[in-house]
Amino acid sequence: MTSPNLRIAYRFLTAKKRAMVMSLSCTVLGVGLFIVTQATTSGFERFFTKTILGINGAIRIEDKIQDTMRSMAAAGGGDSHFGRRDGVKYIEGIEEPQALMAAVREFANVRGVSAVVRGNVQLQSAFKAEDAQVFGIRLEDHVRVSDLAEQVTNGSLEDFRNSPTGALVGRVLADRLQLGVGDSLVISARGASRRVQVAAIYETGYREVDKTNVYLHQPEARSLLKRPSGATFLQISLHDPARAPQDAARLEQVLRHSVKPWQEREKTWLAVFRALRISTMITVSVFTLIASLAMFNTLAMIVLEKTKDIAILRSMGYERRDVTRIFLWQAGIVLAVGAVAGALLGAMVTWLVSQVPLPINGIFKTDRFIVTWDVSHYAGAVLTAVVMVMVASLIPARRAARLEPGDIVRGTAQ
Amino acid sequence: MNPPSPAPAAGPAWALRCRGLHRHLGQGEGRVHVLKGVSFEAERGQVYAIVGPSGCGKSTLLYLLGLLDRPDEGEIEINGRRMSNHDDAARTAARGEHIGFVFQFHFLMLEFTALENVMMPMRKLGRLSPAAMRERAHALLDSVGLGAKTHRLGTQLSGGEQQRVAIARALANQPAILLADEPTGNLDVRNSNLVFDLLTRLAKDNGQAVVLVTHNPEIAQRCDVTRPMRDGLFV
Ligand SMILES: Nc1ncnc2c1ncn2[C@@H]1O[C@H](COP(=O)(O)OP(=O)(O)O)[C@@H](O)[C@H]1O
Ligand SMILES: [Mg+2]
Repeated sequence: MTSPNLRIAYRFLTAKKRAMVMSLSCTVLGVGLFIVTQATTSGFERFFTKTILGINGAIRIEDKIQDTMRSMAAAGGGDSHFGRRDGVKYIEGIEEPQALMAAVREFANVRGVSAVVRGNVQLQSAFKAEDAQVFGIRLEDHVRVSDLAEQVTNGSLEDFRNSPTGALVGRVLADRLQLGVGDSLVISARGASRRVQVAAIYETGYREVDKTNVYLHQPEARSLLKRPSGATFLQISLHDPARAPQDAARLEQVLRHSVKPWQEREKTWLAVFRALRISTMITVSVFTLIASLAMFNTLAMIVLEKTKDIAILRSMGYERRDVTRIFLWQAGIVLAVGAVAGALLGAMVTWLVSQVPLPINGIFKTDRFIVTWDVSHYAGAVLTAVVMVMVASLIPARRAARLEPGDIVRGTAQ
Repeated sequence: MNPPSPAPAAGPAWALRCRGLHRHLGQGEGRVHVLKGVSFEAERGQVYAIVGPSGCGKSTLLYLLGLLDRPDEGEIEINGRRMSNHDDAARTAARGEHIGFVFQFHFLMLEFTALENVMMPMRKLGRLSPAAMRERAHALLDSVGLGAKTHRLGTQLSGGEQQRVAIARALANQPAILLADEPTGNLDVRNSNLVFDLLTRLAKDNGQAVVLVTHNPEIAQRCDVTRPMRDGLFV
C-alpha cells in the first residue's frame, strides 16, 4: 500500500504541471550536465595521470640526504655535488642503486623499480644538431616502471633490446633531426661522443618528453656520461599510484634519500585540472541551484493554493509531520524522476561527447574527447541535486506544517 | 444502584463536553471577545442544533469543539478525556479518531475523486484493509445518494454534491462526534432532508453525537436539542 502522503503529494504536484515541469527540467539539466562535466574533466585528468605515470613512474628517488650538520661541514663548501633545499642538505645522485633497489622492492605497493643514469647531451644527425637528455636504462627494469612498450610508434622495442648501441628517440626530436628508424646519429657529452642507431621512435604525447628524452642501454650511457657507477635516480611504479605520497614518505624515512611522489612532481598540472573540475562543477551547480529555487517556488505556490486542503487534512487527523512529508514527497518525486532522467541524459551526452574528434598533443596525446565512466559522478550529481532541492523544499514544507487549521478555516492564515 | 464509574463504556457517556469556553479573535484594536464562557454537552445518539444570528460565534465554537482551534479559557472533553490543554499531536489523533467535521464553505480536496476523499481519513487511521476502505467509502457515498458519482473529481461535482461527499467523509472513521457547520446550507429542500435524515439515522444507529449549526428552523426543530446562541453565549 503506497503511503497516503505520497499519493496526496503526487496529486498536488501534478495539479501544478507547468511549475513542476520547470523544476523537473532544471533538475534533469543539473544532474545531466554535472555528470557530463565530471566525466570530461576527470577524463582528461585521468588520461594525463596515466600519461605521466607511463613516462616517469609513480615515485622518483634521487639525491641522498646529508645526515648531520657535522658531515656537512666535513664535506666542505666547495663540493659541487652538494646542495641545500628547504633546510635539508642533499648529496646529488644515488651512490648504491642496487642496495637501494633491493630495499625498495620490500615495499608491498611497489610494482617495479628502475635505476636511471641521466645526462645532458648534444645530438647530431646528418641534418642538424639538437640538445637533449639521455636516459641510461635497463630495459627489463624500465618497462616495469613505464609504458615505454606501448609508446613505441616506429620500429620495435625488440630491435632496441637486441642492439647494444640502439637508441629510443622521441617523436618530436626525431622529426626535428629528420631521423627515421635505422638512421644513425652522434651523441656527444663532456667531450666524448658515440655513434648510435635509432632502434625505435616513441611518442608519449607529453611534448617536453618527446622532444628531449633519448633512451640508451645503461652501459652505453655510462661510458658516454663517464659515470661508471651509481645512478641519477630510481623510478618506481606502484600497484596503487594513489598511495604514492604515503609510500614516498615512508621510503624517504627508511632510505634517507629525497623521494618524490608523482602528485608532488605534477602538482602544477594537477592543480590546473582540479581548478578546472571545480570551476565546471560550480558552473553546472547553477542549474541545480535554479532547480532548487524552482522547487522552492513551486512548493511555496502549492502551499498557498492548498491551505484549505491542509486544513481539511489536519481536521481528518493528518499530523503536522504528514503535511511536511506531503510537501517533501513532492520534491522527492521531482528528484526521483529528475535523477533518473538526468543520469540518462548525462550518460547520453557523455557518450556523444566521447565521439567528438578533438586532437590534443602537448601534455598527452589524443584524437578524441576523453571521458571517464564513473558511478561516483552519477552519485555526486544526484547527491548534489538531492541536498540542494531538499534544503530548498524544507522551508515551504515546514511552513505548511506550521499552519494552524483554525486560522485557515477562519481565513486568517497568512 | 451502582456508584458512578469513570469507565468509558459506562454511564450516559457525554461524547463531548465543554465548560466556560472563551475565545478572542483578532489583534490589537480589532480584538473581539467572540465566545464569552460557553458551556455545552452532547450525548451519544442525540442530534443537537446550534442556531443563532450570523456572527454570534457558532462557527468559532464548532472549531473549538472540533479541536481545530484552542480556547483562550475553558475546558473541552472528548469521550471523557480533557483535550483543551493537550499537545498538537494528541489533539490531531483525537480529530482523526473521534471527530468528523463538515466545514461551512470548503468541503473537498478537489484533485481527488469523491471516493478518494472519503477514503482519506481511513487511510490516515489505517485500521481497515484497502479493500475494506474502498467498500466502506462506496457504502457511505451510496447513503448520501452519490453511489453513481464515486469516481468524479471534486471539481466535477456541484456544491451540494461536494457537501454530501464531505458528510460521507466526516463519517468515514465512525467518529463518536460529528460536527457540521451549516451542512444543509447549500442544499435544496429535498437534499437537505436527505442529508438531515442521514445524520439523524447515523446518530441513532451508531450512537454518535451530532452537533450541527443551522439556519433552517425546520431542521432545527427536528433535532433532539436546539441551543440558541446570541453574541457569544447560549441563551
Ligand atoms: N479573525 C478575526 N478577527 C476578528 N474577528 C473575527 C475574526 N474571525 C471572526 N471574527 C468575528 O467573530 C464573530 C463570530 O464569527 P463566527 O463564529 O464565524 O460566526 P457565525 O458562524 O455564528 O456566523 C463574528 O462577529 C466575526 O466578525
Ligand atoms: Mg459560521
